[in-house]
Amino acid sequence: MARREVGEINAGSMADIAFLLLIFFLVTTTMDVDSGIARKLPEKTDVQPDVIVKEKNVLDIVVNRNNQLLVENEYVKVTDVKGLAMKFIDNGGGLGTPIDGKPGEPCDYCGGAKDPNSSDHPTKAIISLQSDRGTTYGMYVSIQNEIEAAYNQLRNDLSLKKYGRSYDALLQDYNDNPTESLKVKIDDLKDKYPQIITEPEPIK
Amino acid sequence: MSKFKKGKKGMPAISTASLPDIVFMLLFFFMVSTTMRETDLLIKKPALPVASEVKKLEHKSLVSTIYVGKSKDTRISGDKIQVNDKIIEVKDVPSFIYSERALRKEEEVKFMTTSIKADKEASVGTILDIKEQLRDINALKISFSTSKGTDLSKNYN
Repeated sequence: MARREVGEINAGSMADIAFLLLIFFLVTTTMDVDSGIARKLPEKTDVQPDVIVKEKNVLDIVVNRNNQLLVENEYVKVTDVKGLAMKFIDNGGGLGTPIDGKPGEPCDYCGGAKDPNSSDHPTKAIISLQSDRGTTYGMYVSIQNEIEAAYNQLRNDLSLKKYGRSYDALLQDYNDNPTESLKVKIDDLKDKYPQIITEPEPIK
Repeated sequence: MSKFKKGKKGMPAISTASLPDIVFMLLFFFMVSTTMRETDLLIKKPALPVASEVKKLEHKSLVSTIYVGKSKDTRISGDKIQVNDKIIEVKDVPSFIYSERALRKEEEVKFMTTSIKADKEASVGTILDIKEQLRDINALKISFSTSKGTDLSKNYN
């Protein structure tokens, strides 16, 4: 009867401990998703095409080494950039870019003020971001973010009007289920409000 | 002896003695498979700026990351650029991209993205230099790595 000298350790709860560890690792090892502002750099070409751009079609954003901002020679805050950019892009004061030899047409989807002294058409509106070499990267990203936000907002608005869904929702749907009809819509919105951002040589 | 027989005879219980082994196996699998090849940062960990209009980077295997930040040694000023496990100069960026391309299949090269993880205090000059180098070798898809948030005011001042 009393043969047992050392009682065996109950291993029944080992599974629980292991499960606990397993869940801990499952939860903690979720990798930090790498996200950011996506940009496509312009290709380098040997031939510099001579393009004449009217001054009113360019929104000049200049930022100096003290992180101070000038938009069209007026001192503004970063948070103002989005509004100014939207106003500028969506102005629609003139004719659009001629496509396939056809003359450009006025913007029929713009909700802007149609100010003749601002941009002609979203497809012509260029945003120029000139930074100083000493500007901090945080500021630079903030401005890029505001410009991106302006475009996204305009695309969202147009998308809601045309398709009843926001642009973000369309992109989301396309991610989950890429269909041809969605792609057409997204491309259409991108064509209506193309992102034209130029970054001239930084101020030395 | 008869007292041992009083239990009703039915289905014997399934032994759960091997359950810990199975769970441990799973545990080890997850422990091993989720270890990422996290590059050891030789520079100070970049404090990423905050942005609201972020896009997730798709195809993680096609992303090459360039880190920009201050040196760990506080006496050394200026921005340092790190790729993989070494600190490089701006002019070495193309060779890094070439070596990254060599690891991928040819048809995947055009989908490759360069993610720039830079400290918010870094100067734009460095970033623009890197961008210029990337343009030179036609690595045109870039992403400014940021963390998601709406309060942009921490990015500057």
